[in-house]
Amino acid sequence: MNVKEWPSAIHKRFLSIHEAGSAPDRYLALRRNITVVMLIVTILPLCIMAGINHFQYRKSIKNEVIEPLRLLLNKTRHSFQLFLEERLSTVRFVSTAYSFDQLVDEQALGRVFRVLKNEFGGFVDIGLIDSNGVQISYAGPYKLLGKDYSGQEWFQEVVIRDTYISDVFMGYRKFPHIAIAVQRMEETGRSWILRATIDTHVFYELISAMGLDPEADAFVVNQAGILQTRSRFYGDLLEKIPFDLSAQTYGPHIIETVDPEGREVMVAYVGMEKPGFKLVVVKPRALVLRTWITLQGEMFFLFFASVIVIIVIVIKLADAMVINIREADERREVAIHELEQTQKLSAIGRLAAGVAHEINNPLSIIMEKSGLMKDLLAFTGDFNKKERFEQLVDGVIRSVGRCKTITHRLLGFARQKEVHFGELDLNALIKDVIGFLEKEMVYRNIDLRLQMAEDLPQISSDQGQLQQVFLNILTNALGAVDEGGRISVTTWKEDPETVGVSIQDNGAGMTEETIKRIFDPFFTTKKSGGTGLGLFITYGIVKKLGGDIKVHSKKGEGSTFTVYLPETAQQGDAAPPEESR
Amino acid sequence: MDQNIKVLLVDDEEEFVKTLSERIQMRDLGSNVAYNGEQALKVVNDEVPDVMILDLKMPGIDGMEVLKRVKKAYPQVQVIMLTGHGSEKDEKEARKLGAYDYLQKPADIDTIVQTIRKAYKKKIEKPIMAATFAEAGEFDTAKDIMDRDD
Repeated sequence: MNVKEWPSAIHKRFLSIHEAGSAPDRYLALRRNITVVMLIVTILPLCIMAGINHFQYRKSIKNEVIEPLRLLLNKTRHSFQLFLEERLSTVRFVSTAYSFDQLVDEQALGRVFRVLKNEFGGFVDIGLIDSNGVQISYAGPYKLLGKDYSGQEWFQEVVIRDTYISDVFMGYRKFPHIAIAVQRMEETGRSWILRATIDTHVFYELISAMGLDPEADAFVVNQAGILQTRSRFYGDLLEKIPFDLSAQTYGPHIIETVDPEGREVMVAYVGMEKPGFKLVVVKPRALVLRTWITLQGEMFFLFFASVIVIIVIVIKLADAMVINIREADERREVAIHELEQTQKLSAIGRLAAGVAHEINNPLSIIMEKSGLMKDLLAFTGDFNKKERFEQLVDGVIRSVGRCKTITHRLLGFARQKEVHFGELDLNALIKDVIGFLEKEMVYRNIDLRLQMAEDLPQISSDQGQLQQVFLNILTNALGAVDEGGRISVTTWKEDPETVGVSIQDNGAGMTEETIKRIFDPFFTTKKSGGTGLGLFITYGIVKKLGGDIKVHSKKGEGSTFTVYLPETAQQGDAAPPEESR
Repeated sequence: MDQNIKVLLVDDEEEFVKTLSERIQMRDLGSNVAYNGEQALKVVNDEVPDVMILDLKMPGIDGMEVLKRVKKAYPQVQVIMLTGHGSEKDEKEARKLGAYDYLQKPADIDTIVQTIRKAYKKKIEKPIMAATFAEAGEFDTAKDIMDRDD
């Protein structure tokens, strides 16, 4: 499908009302479709926005919390390196400043050692080792003179590289320290090694200077992942840490992992100049991302609250829209129906009046001719079948009489009898009309219920014509009810300008089809005698008086005719226009 | 006395007017016919009728015009309108112009005849009363009666 075709396709698919469906289904489907479309167009962008926000916030907040950690790591690494560098320089200085001969003298070495211990701190002992690996001079608390280091790994290394810094070890002394060794090559070709051991308690000072939270941990490990300082949570000195820090980086590196106790932690580490040493900081993830988690919670709450609000609003809105559409549809249908009815009756009225006019002349001729026949018969003596002739002529005259009734009634409607407006009491008028029919009502045992509004205002209308209106409707009601039936007549004030009259019976009622045609001329359900003009004329009069007439009926339950009349005189225009003469 | 009532029937429907004329004659009234307005006015000028039965809708000079002219020239002539058309407005206008009555077609012969007789009675009432007063020597009263408008 082409992109340009989407809107119309969506419209067709979701928003059009399928005329084929029955009315309630139609509106249900419309409501469902509006709801779905509105939810999609509102919630989808919200979701996308929430998602994007989620990832961006996470990224920026992570950077924000991680950056200080990096700085801290770098700073502390620097301190460590400075410490080690200083000690190494000192030892190198001593090895350069003093000759072999001077250092061989244990008293001189002891003097140097004391200076180192006092001025620099951390020095535990110092010893001079000859090229064969034998310690030939020593200053310190232990008796290590004459010890042979030639078989040890560090000795090999210092011979090759000139300097050496050991991992932390317990050695003879049973407390953690590191060894620093420097090889000195004299011009003479003689070489010797100066070796010092340094207490590592300074490491702890450096780590505590980081000022970490109680839940966090910091330590130093060597290449093999062996702790070079004591760790708060992950083992004692010289134990292996439970993290894999094999990724080699010079700058700080951060991994997210789970520690043996199941805490989610962030492990930040950085390599040091001393090969293999790494400074490690372990922080619980929750601690690091506390602000992020709070924000995330708030965002989730906001998101779900918005979604719920949107859903509620969309449903309410769709409901209201569909109800409005439905009401508008119904109003339109009623209006169209009324317009059709009015136009139909107006057209029929004109046609009927025209026909009645045209028929009146030939009708008069028939009447006069047959009248003349009768006259002639009267002046003629008896002849064979004279009586039969007279009967036939009478038959013609009677039929013409019936035609005359119809044309006169039609013209009565069409001729727009002039309306004579006058103040009248509608309640009294209806009671008068009921008076005409009282005998029949009593005879047929009809239960007549009058509910006349006492505060009904006087209205300005045509007394005679209104009498005809109510007489027609009441006669119909009487015709509809069985013996002992009920007829209710109610009057009320509909609004400041209108009064209403309803005439309700519990008679036979009408079918939908009958209701549609009830005001049509010549439409009658009476088996005999009805001209089908009563309600046609009634309708015309009510419209002419500026009022309105409505009918409600259900087969088997009775009918209600409701007449609305304006309080002040106003000429309606629904009746056919007058045809002159 | 009745045979002396001269009735003029005016209608463009010849069949109707001829038949009606015959029937009126059978009821002992003198009757003449005209088929349009011009003819009617001519007949009236030749021989003034007592009562006129006049249709409204006719080609040429229509009923309303005939009524106007006849009533102007011969106010004593009683005119009965008999029409198949016509509204209440027409009836009102006709009566204002001096029509005695206004009947709807098709009308019963008895009604027509009765209306003719009543109209005639009305026509002759005034002269008779005036004559009575005149015989009694009250000429002023007689004159008043004759001048009195209907």
